[in-house]
Amino acid sequence: MKLVIFLLALLPLDRLIYLALTDGLGANPIEFITRSTGTWALVLLCITLAMTPLRLLIGSSQPIKCRRMLGLFCFFYASLHFVIWLWLDQSFDLAAMLKDIVKRPFITMGFLSFVLLIPLALTSTHWAQRKLGRRWALLHKLIYVIAVTVILHYWWHKAGKNDLQTVSIYAGVVFILLCCRIPWMRNQLTKLKLS
Amino acid sequence: AQTLAATPNPLYVGKEDLTPLKDVTGYNNFYEFGTDKRAPAENASTLQTRPWTITVEGLVKKPMTFDIDALLKLAPMEQRVYRLRCVEGWSMVIPWDGYPLSSLLSKVEPLGSAKYVEFVSLADRKQMPGVNSPILDWPYREGLRLDEAMNPLTLLTFGLYGEVLPKQNGAPVRVVLPWKYGFKSAKSIVKIRFTEEMPTTSWYKYAPSEYGFYSNVNPAVDHPRWSQASERRIGDPKGIFAPKIKTQMFNGYGDQVASMYAGMDLKKFY
Repeated sequence: MKLVIFLLALLPLDRLIYLALTDGLGANPIEFITRSTGTWALVLLCITLAMTPLRLLIGSSQPIKCRRMLGLFCFFYASLHFVIWLWLDQSFDLAAMLKDIVKRPFITMGFLSFVLLIPLALTSTHWAQRKLGRRWALLHKLIYVIAVTVILHYWWHKAGKNDLQTVSIYAGVVFILLCCRIPWMRNQLTKLKLS
Repeated sequence: AQTLAATPNPLYVGKEDLTPLKDVTGYNNFYEFGTDKRAPAENASTLQTRPWTITVEGLVKKPMTFDIDALLKLAPMEQRVYRLRCVEGWSMVIPWDGYPLSSLLSKVEPLGSAKYVEFVSLADRKQMPGVNSPILDWPYREGLRLDEAMNPLTLLTFGLYGEVLPKQNGAPVRVVLPWKYGFKSAKSIVKIRFTEEMPTTSWYKYAPSEYGFYSNVNPAVDHPRWSQASERRIGDPKGIFAPKIKTQMFNGYGDQVASMYAGMDLKKFY
């Protein structure tokens, strides 16, 4: 099961490599890669967030066993997204990068999301989970904050051109997934399983 | 594609590599056909470019309606290689075919009170699927100060690469203003109106802080969400990992246009 998910989660990267080798990235390849990796980071974030409701629905802990790998893939695509911006958009000009982060809210949100993902990725091991105990669960609640900052990042990026259709769908999905954390909703999901 | 005979203008031959035709025709902002860059190429085939007329009206002595076939013969067709800088931070180098807009505008004899020129693009739901979305207040409107419209650089354009203008590039007739961000160059024009007041343009109406009336290419004035200091050249022959290039003031056309803005604070009139 885990191997299947691993291979599936690599498909977006395989696709980019295939397109790069066959001249299929379009007129603006950098934009294509940046957007693709950003989108897949968000999709994997949503899938990761879907694991808890799924566990409640099917009453099996199987989804939770896959959750770490999915979260790490989210971080993987977010890292690619960030590095491409840093390298190909900012040319590793750290001063310009900091200026952009401070000045532009959509970049602030993107950068913040990436930075907040780092401690989650670093503490994703069983060892860290044991070591941190109860604080681990608290720390990993950060993913809810990240889900919101990621949507703001995407929303503000699109807002200037009034092109909000796609981002609205993602915002809706994230909203529903976050609502599943409300105790009442959790109970409903558990009941659905029993019926 | 149908060819369009045009004589290269030696003043605008350009030393830069031309952007490949497939990129010029495959990567477009033309929201009447969708917001994705590939959407215009996919959807624009429904555009009917014949019959087509441009009505020129407003503060003029002789309001007139021009048929597209008459427009094609109105003045000698030249080919000019211009840089195109999009407000989004990418650029192309394109050989356009057309003649100065002033050749048309002078025919209607603008009145002394005319200070601005407004361009109205076609907005037909049947031909343009994007017009069904409330992305902008349709029809698309753009505008220029009269001296900008009469500037010899301002090209009334009917073709590119020696071919009749592809539909996704604003067929059958558009303007091209190489010293301004691309969205200032109205596509598929049906009406030109002379006014005394500054026209409210579509993008200005939507986000005045982001898309000013002038929108001259200016590396020193950032877009609220990104820097305008550099640009990515589409189809850069150095490959996909080619570094961005520095954006030039007035997109490098300062010699021809800077005098029109003498004494103006270009941070304020962005």
